Amino acid sequence: MNQKNLFIGVLLALVVVFGGGAWFYKQQQAQVAAELAAKNQAALVRADAPTFGNPGAKVHIVEFFDPACGTCREFFPLVKAMMTANPDKIRLTLRYAPFHPGSDAVVKVLEAARKQGKFEETLQALFAAQDSWVINHTSHVEMTGPILEKVGMDMARLQADANAPEVAAVVARDLADAKTMNVTMTPEYFVNGKPLPSFGFEQLKALVDEALASAK
Amino acid sequence: MNTLERPWLLVFAAWLVAAVASLGALFMSEVMGFAPCVLCWWQRIFMFPLVLLLGLGLFPFDAKVLRFTAPLAFIGLLVAGFHVLLTWGVIPEALEPCRQGIPCKTIQVQWLGFVTIPLLSFLTFVAINGLLLAARKSLSK
Repeated sequence: MNQKNLFIGVLLALVVVFGGGAWFYKQQQAQVAAELAAKNQAALVRADAPTFGNPGAKVHIVEFFDPACGTCREFFPLVKAMMTANPDKIRLTLRYAPFHPGSDAVVKVLEAARKQGKFEETLQALFAAQDSWVINHTSHVEMTGPILEKVGMDMARLQADANAPEVAAVVARDLADAKTMNVTMTPEYFVNGKPLPSFGFEQLKALVDEALASAK
Repeated sequence: MNTLERPWLLVFAAWLVAAVASLGALFMSEVMGFAPCVLCWWQRIFMFPLVLLLGLGLFPFDAKVLRFTAPLAFIGLLVAGFHVLLTWGVIPEALEPCRQGIPCKTIQVQWLGFVTIPLLSFLTFVAINGLLLAARKSLSK
């Protein structure tokens, strides 16, 4: 055996082991996530969580999100577009997963805005102006004031609600549910209780299309 | 030139160890999703180039590769040793240079009760340093 053959053979073996190992690991993880989701449906679907779309829709997307998350901002209009393309067939529930430092205060504001019927407007406004209040991956709730004022809410009530213990309890519950569901990154989607096999809009769309087809 | 002589084999073995360690590190961070701490990054800085440099030194075999890789391997060994002592608590946490993200003292994985990622890194650097020294010795004969 000469030097080159030995080197190339070993290099190929390393690459194959790495690729195979990565594939195998991902498969395992996807299976574990699916089993976990199947076991913990109660932690996934909470009746009082903010929900869009037809409440009787057969396809139910649950999204764990952080308003400070850039990918959540990119995905939100895409998911809404899917709902528009399939009117009354898709329901979307949002769950708070404030993983960025400082985001817990911002989701409390969102929950408070919900009490004034302005959840979606506030979320859209926060997403649109994300660069102005998320600095270096840290949320600055104190910088969201001008954005919230433009939405048009009773600011004194908003502040009082955001500091209310029941709002804090909702956020704490959502975080605990995220932990139960092993959600470590945002956005994380579950379609009719099933997690994405791997992250990506194509994977989400495939799962939604599959659920739509089987709902017919 | 195509025979498997001792110095070539030793450098090849060092390359293999570095390649396995680098791929292992990438597997843990990119596939399994463990975030590398600051000290881990320093060890990566001294490990990853070894794969390229040692690989280049094999074809055609160039004894100078020992001169260029030894400092990387040695500094990597020092960083890994520091990291292991930190996880063992020998060096107090106050000296820890990490401020953000994963603290270097945190042990993310432990196999068989004592094998941690920093320990693997340290042993890998020991092996590479040993193989490079052996290669130097067998060349100077």
